[in-house]
Amino acid sequence: MAEFDKDQNPAGIEASNVTVTYRNGHTAIRDASFSIPNATICALVGVNGSGKSTLFKAIMGFVPLASGTVEILGKPAGRALKRNTVAYVPQNEDVDWDFPVLVEDVVMMGRFGHMGFLRRPSKTDHGHVESALKRVDMLDYRHRQIGQLSGGQKKRVFLARALAQESRIILLDEPFGGVDVKTEESIISLMRSMRDEGRVMLVSTHNLGSVPQFCDHVVLINQTVLADGPADVVFTRENLEQAFGGVLRFHVLGGQDLHDDDDAREVTVITDDERPFVLYGENDPAARSEKVPDKADHS
Amino acid sequence: MLELLWLPFTIDFMQQALITAVFLSIAAAVLSCFLVLRGWALMGDAISHAVLPGIVLAYAAGVPVVIGAFIAGMFCTIATGFMTEHSRLKEDTVMGIVFSGMFALGVVLFSFFAIDVHLHEILFGDILGLTWRDVWQTGVVALVCVSLVWFRRKDLIIHSFDPQHAKAIGLPVKALHYGLLILLSIVIVTALKVVGIILVIALLIAPGAIGYMMTDRFDTMLVYAVGSAVVASVTGIVLSFVLDSAPAPTIVLMLMVIFISVFLFAPVHGLIRSKRRARMPAPGLEST
Repeated sequence: MAEFDKDQNPAGIEASNVTVTYRNGHTAIRDASFSIPNATICALVGVNGSGKSTLFKAIMGFVPLASGTVEILGKPAGRALKRNTVAYVPQNEDVDWDFPVLVEDVVMMGRFGHMGFLRRPSKTDHGHVESALKRVDMLDYRHRQIGQLSGGQKKRVFLARALAQESRIILLDEPFGGVDVKTEESIISLMRSMRDEGRVMLVSTHNLGSVPQFCDHVVLINQTVLADGPADVVFTRENLEQAFGGVLRFHVLGGQDLHDDDDAREVTVITDDERPFVLYGENDPAARSEKVPDKADHS
Repeated sequence: MLELLWLPFTIDFMQQALITAVFLSIAAAVLSCFLVLRGWALMGDAISHAVLPGIVLAYAAGVPVVIGAFIAGMFCTIATGFMTEHSRLKEDTVMGIVFSGMFALGVVLFSFFAIDVHLHEILFGDILGLTWRDVWQTGVVALVCVSLVWFRRKDLIIHSFDPQHAKAIGLPVKALHYGLLILLSIVIVTALKVVGIILVIALLIAPGAIGYMMTDRFDTMLVYAVGSAVVASVTGIVLSFVLDSAPAPTIVLMLMVIFISVFLFAPVHGLIRSKRRARMPAPGLEST
């Protein structure tokens, strides 16, 4: 796998004052600015309708910007697309799994931007498909129709497509939807190894609990960017309250609820119905990333 | 009996009908694969009805009917898109109103212009009244359709399967979308004389549906679609000759027979197989 120059000067993704207004007059994002360095896994966190998917579209250049700019590796978004710099991993719900394509056909789709006019795959293309499938551990399934896969396997096929595309920037839309904890971990470790090659992954999620576990960087969004920066700085209770407003449920367990001694420490559980985010009283960053059971009883 | 079956192949107008129907069914079958995969079935039906005012006006103005039909077809899709975006209605609701309205407009316009074709011929075709000119024209349309789709099929597949990815790798998505609509209009106009604009939708959906039921690979689906359409055209025309029935509906009926058999007996996705599979758990499906 090709390594990318991690210390390259321009940021992976740099958005400045981005405003997107749809044709029906609805402004989905207003004045959003953030910067994601190279070799980063960044979470894009916000409620439904906060503009996450619009921001994805803006980064890929699918929607015209009313104002502002998006630069990818220092180049305008449109130009980066033509060079196969950006790959997109869709949500499982957005894919027609009955479509008559096999696993290897989907991964080969990642190579199309590299092929000639007739899209005839070369030896190199086949090589990329094979090594991508091997890397996500799906080589044995290459001749399966995609609908015959489990949720996690489906996700891995599209990650393999992004790998085959040799993209430096990968946008993932809710990568942990319909995936069990074990698969989630294998996807996270794959993403870590991709980060270590210098890639940038922007992950839209409302799965708060796993964010501090695997993300280096966080962008909190609600119509505009509320906060962005390293996860341990940005991912705080105050910022989350701002991003989620009333949607989020807080449960503070302290003192007598937790223990019989007179220890005053508390545990805060923040959840919006997926894996909860737990803050421990000491506010020790190491303790924070401790594993939390998938669906904790938050009733 | 055999002689009766062979007879249509020896008569001039039957030969013309057979060859034209085969050409048309090939062109329509190729497109039907994409219509089925994109969920454009209603769109195909809408366009085939909505072309009528365009055809009538083009006849009256003396311009090629393809142009009139194409403009009317485009108007239908654009008007549908605009009204869906600017109202609370769902797309199929708007589409139903737009295409039935345009069809009605076409029928009303028809009575204002003295056109030397019967409305009946436009609606149901006039497959036994073709000329050799019609035959080769349909042949050219089929050739254009098949070669365009074959050489661009990989782009069209990506665009149908994952439009976001198609855009992300810089495919000309607008060109693919409108290219397909243009081909669709051309095939509908070509079908005018053969099966008419009412029944053309069967040729534009059923073959793709048959192919889709039979296989999990696109190229194979294409082959099944074209094969079933050609078989239905030939058997339909011969049968209509023997039964003395209208050819176009007989072709459509043959397609339905193939579709129902495939629906029941297809190797993997047929009703019987999937029922049997539901009783036994599928082997080799791990949970990760």
